[in-house]
Amino acid sequence: MTLIVLDVLSGILLVAGALFLLSGAVGLLRFPDFYTRIHAVGVTDAVGAGLILLGLLLRTTGWETGIRLVIILFFMALTSPTATHILAHAARRDGVRVWRKGDPRR
Amino acid sequence: MTQLNSENPLAERRRRPWVNAVRSLLRMAPVPALFWLALSGHYDPLLLTLGAVSVVVVCWLIRRSGLAHHGLTLPFALRLPRYCLWLSGQVFITACVVVRKVWSPRMDLRPVVEPTPAADLSERSLVVYANSITLTPGTLSLAVHDDSIEVHSLKAADIDALDEGAMLSRVRRTEARR
Repeated sequence: MTLIVLDVLSGILLVAGALFLLSGAVGLLRFPDFYTRIHAVGVTDAVGAGLILLGLLLRTTGWETGIRLVIILFFMALTSPTATHILAHAARRDGVRVWRKGDPRR
Repeated sequence: MTQLNSENPLAERRRRPWVNAVRSLLRMAPVPALFWLALSGHYDPLLLTLGAVSVVVVCWLIRRSGLAHHGLTLPFALRLPRYCLWLSGQVFITACVVVRKVWSPRMDLRPVVEPTPAADLSERSLVVYANSITLTPGTLSLAVHDDSIEVHSLKAADIDALDEGAMLSRVRRTEARR
């Protein structure tokens, strides 16, 4: 019984994660400039990947796999904002202009 | 992964370089060692030796890059999970807002760049705060200054919410007094 509940729950998490990943990808294409696109990608690696890892965590059998998934989650949470910040900082220093409402898409 | 000695570390190091190197190695080693053990799952002599060597190399790199005093302290590490839980909730809520923008036929984006105050934070809290801002979709830290963080946001309301300081006060509480 609990197994079925876990299965369904992890399925829901996986599907939700996949939807967030898809939304991030669509946002990457639709948003108008570099900075706004970074926001869209933030959805994929903050929530999309997180939900998928949580969903997988509910399906693991051994503790070793579980620990590895938790560590991946931890490193995702640590490295993705750092990398994003460095990218945005570099763009800012290079003088990439911020898109304002009414500007053409870049 | 501990704090720096309060005495002048350079003079200390010159006097007894080996003793200090070994001592700081012992202080830093447990975390990477546990990490290696948890990840490898192999316990034959050859791999254990290689693991020990890699731990020593990692500690040497940490020491060489001058990051030895940037580690976690135990009370901070204990308070961190609570903050992480709260942050995950925030990330989820803001992500839903961004996703709605992505799928709406006429995207109504009004991006703004503004500084948000972040005064009197220790270096570690500043890193946590700036990373939290970046991690929540919709806000992005562009540059970190001593007393403020420059934030790019999809709408001005997000920066106003940061200025109100709910996240900042939680970061402060996580740091707290030692």
